[in-house]
Amino acid sequence: MGRKAEYSEKQKKGPGRKARKQGPPKFPKKSFAPLDDEDKRLSHRQKQRVAKREQKKVVQKAKSKDKRAQQPRKQKEYHSESDSEPEAQRPAESSDEEVPQLVPIKKQKSNGFTDDNKDWLKLKSKLQQKTRKQQLDELEEEQESDNEFEDDSDEEVENDEAYDETDGEEEQSIDEDNEAQVGKLEDLFDEDDEDQETDENENDDDDDDDDDDDDDEDEDNDDDDDTLPIERANKKLKKRQEQDDKLAQEEMQMSIDQSEVFRLPEPGEDADKELSLQDVQQRIKDIIQVLSDFGKYRQEGRSRSEYVDQLRLDLCLYYSYNEFLMSKLMDIFKLSDLMEYLEASEVARPLTIRTNSLKTRRRDLAGALINRGVNLDPLGKWTNVGLVIFNSTVPLGATPEYLAGHYMIQGASSMLPVIALAPQENERILDMCSAPGGKGSHIAAVMKNTGVLFANDANRDRIKAVVANFHRLGIVNAIVSCEDATKFRNIMTGFDRVLLDAPCTGTGVVSKDPSVKTTKSEIDVQRCYNLQRKLLLTAIDCVDAKSSTGGYVVYSTCSVLPEENEWVIDYALKKRNVKLVPLGIDFGEPGFTKFRQHRYHPSLNLCRRFYPHTNNMDGFFVAKLKKFSNTIPITKEQQEADEKQLDEALASDQTESNDAETKAAEAVEVTEGRRKALGKRAGKPSLTDVEHDLKKKKLEQSKTKYIAKVFEKPIKVSSKSKPERTLPVSEEKEEKTSAASSKVQSKQPTPQSNGNKKQKPSKNEEQSPPQKNGQKAKPTSKIAKKLSQAPRVDIDELPLLEGKPIKKENKLKNKSKQLGQLKKSKKSADSKSKQRFKK
Amino acid sequence: MKRLTDERTKILFEKLAKYIGTNVQQLIDRPDGTYCFREHKDRVYYVSERILKLSECFGYKQLVCVGTCFGKFSKTNKLKFHITALYYLAPYAQYKVWVKPSFEQQFLYGNHIPKSGLGRITENAGQYQGVVVFSMNDLALGFGVLARSTTECKTADPLTTVCFHQSDIGEYIRAEDTLF
Repeated sequence: MGRKAEYSEKQKKGPGRKARKQGPPKFPKKSFAPLDDEDKRLSHRQKQRVAKREQKKVVQKAKSKDKRAQQPRKQKEYHSESDSEPEAQRPAESSDEEVPQLVPIKKQKSNGFTDDNKDWLKLKSKLQQKTRKQQLDELEEEQESDNEFEDDSDEEVENDEAYDETDGEEEQSIDEDNEAQVGKLEDLFDEDDEDQETDENENDDDDDDDDDDDDDEDEDNDDDDDTLPIERANKKLKKRQEQDDKLAQEEMQMSIDQSEVFRLPEPGEDADKELSLQDVQQRIKDIIQVLSDFGKYRQEGRSRSEYVDQLRLDLCLYYSYNEFLMSKLMDIFKLSDLMEYLEASEVARPLTIRTNSLKTRRRDLAGALINRGVNLDPLGKWTNVGLVIFNSTVPLGATPEYLAGHYMIQGASSMLPVIALAPQENERILDMCSAPGGKGSHIAAVMKNTGVLFANDANRDRIKAVVANFHRLGIVNAIVSCEDATKFRNIMTGFDRVLLDAPCTGTGVVSKDPSVKTTKSEIDVQRCYNLQRKLLLTAIDCVDAKSSTGGYVVYSTCSVLPEENEWVIDYALKKRNVKLVPLGIDFGEPGFTKFRQHRYHPSLNLCRRFYPHTNNMDGFFVAKLKKFSNTIPITKEQQEADEKQLDEALASDQTESNDAETKAAEAVEVTEGRRKALGKRAGKPSLTDVEHDLKKKKLEQSKTKYIAKVFEKPIKVSSKSKPERTLPVSEEKEEKTSAASSKVQSKQPTPQSNGNKKQKPSKNEEQSPPQKNGQKAKPTSKIAKKLSQAPRVDIDELPLLEGKPIKKENKLKNKSKQLGQLKKSKKSADSKSKQRFKK
Repeated sequence: MKRLTDERTKILFEKLAKYIGTNVQQLIDRPDGTYCFREHKDRVYYVSERILKLSECFGYKQLVCVGTCFGKFSKTNKLKFHITALYYLAPYAQYKVWVKPSFEQQFLYGNHIPKSGLGRITENAGQYQGVVVFSMNDLALGFGVLARSTTECKTADPLTTVCFHQSDIGEYIRAEDTLF
């Protein structure tokens, strides 16, 4: 260990021994004395210019007086004219402020000098007697007053500069010059009124500038005795810089003025020309600028909605979202937030791990991982088990520490629901949708392996991960089950706490799974929130309100859509005796109490939303409910009706999607074999191509199934179903007559249907369709009638003749016996035709 | 969840005794309540009676796992310990083997331990004694069976196997599908 510095003892502040104080200003005496030989020093040209200048000053003064009279009126005009030239407006304002102060000065002006020296000085107007020094000073003032305009002259600035001045008079004369300058600037702005004047003034300016340059140098020479050469150089440099600044500012102003208003493309315009991403990005920026001050930047005859639509299209294009999701996001966020959110969603969140407090401590784990070459840091003050990983030389999902169960790879946001749940020891806690067991194991760790933890998940494939993780992390108090969570209340109730991390569209974890951006639609959201409502009601029913320690339900999703969050909670608040309570997490944004046309319960601001751009964790929503009574406020009939409504919304697509999913899983297993990635991450499973395909197909199918009406149960669309259902019947008749040929026909559709529904190895193709037939299609006449009457799923997307042909085939086998003779005769014909083909 | 048959109980305890000897008793007489072994789908689970009761609500098919899984009976009625049993084997183990840090990773990929990878070994361990394998910083990595007794190990040349690999914590990743 090296020596430790004493940081506690701080050095004394204040001026040191050597620090030099600035003394009182010293005025060179000669400046007060009248100089006789001034004329000799001025060159001929200089004299001419001086004469001209004086003349002009007189003229200007007269003008400025006039203008001062007009000033108040003009000022108003500037304000009304919007701040197209904000830089330029400021001097005018400042001059406005100064007006009252200037009144006495003007009087003095007639004398020309302060009281101290008026007895021996003559009036300015008498050119011959004017001292050269004064003249030079005035020039300097002019220059400086110019500078003041650039520096947004305030009185303070003036005062500061006045300190630098060497003459007592100058404070006044600055003001005086200011007035003159104000006049000029006004002219510049009010060109319409006073064209001529401005022209003149501008000329004046030019001349003055020239003079300044010359005279400055002279002055420098004069001051030789007082200033060091380096100081002079400095002065010069400063002046040059100031002038440069001024020019630059003017130029900028010009460019702003010249830059044309952003033009919104016409509706059909995009189709014609190729757009690069840069163009789109630029347009996004432009539109956002326009929308930031619509009145000012808008194009005539274009409405705000047109701009917003264009912006949405561009954002969809640039960030590759689908329009539905983008419009949702635009509803949720302000424009500035939206851009931040979208940008943040593009980058992955930092990898975080959770220390398993059952087996180790955070400090020990950090030490062990640092030894393996991992760069990490504590996650935040709100957790004492989280670590954030910056970089690592080893795969974090395969270190011996990981395998020994010392930590779990888990997003920062996944720790929040458990913190909100605040499990106590010896409680009975239910984790309804637990796979892959990250939050569940966190709960068990907080409970220190006491009490009982029920981990449930409906998916049999994912439940394995739960079991594996629990064993790895050394959790011995858990019961893992694979039940449908919506029916959990029939199995067991009376839990102290329930954690419901509901299945959702995953719009908050776009950075983890970018497919969400394009695949989610209204129907997916609807399906999700129906399921979520059902799950939440079940969760609430499972909790025991009389529990001495608990009676809490924590609801969380990794979605940012209010439909899946606030709306679901609001629904539960209406249907059950629960109230929202604070989470115990002091960051995150409060939940919405109103969103567009919806008005939610005011206590919904106790929920918390977490965003990638504000909290650097996945988009997340957490709500904590306390059940205060076990009675259900609604009647049983109502309840059943609700259940039915939710069920209907879910059931129809689940029956179809379920077997598709299981088969998909099989297919994936077959294709992928036992390939296993090390270091599986908690959270959403990574999707394979096959699953993506399936998702897409499901999506396409479901799109046609419903017309989604928000807040109403989905309406099943009937159309086209009739002709297709009846089609097989007519075909059957044909088949009777020509069995052999129809056999060929009937076989055809089955592979098609398989091809439509899912891509599978051929072996499955042979097996699966008959099973389906057994379950689904029993074409008795009654059912056929019912089917044709009832509004049914649109079969457009469903494979033609789904399930039926093989049944027919079976029937046909029987019939073929009866029609044996007919067949024979046909066979001969067939064989003839075959021979023909052979030839 | 059903009770183990007498035969299977005997097999289980014989197997347990191989690794933890007389400490088997500590698994059964626990101060924090009664614990018992139960069988579910040929797998042996070790669980508190209190939790066991609660698990009875679930159907046979729906119940996936209760407490800690120790191992699985094969069709020929042989018990094979899973790596999940390590949670109880490691603290009660009588004979231990420590592997060098350089060999840690290899062991986690399912390799037997050669003399060169052996860091330390308990005294007086006989041949075919069940041992729990630790890393040098006392992290339980798995378990196995000694191929050589401790005395033989001292004289063996570096490449001879001293401990057969039976199970290691790498299986949590490698064999997640088959284990559970």
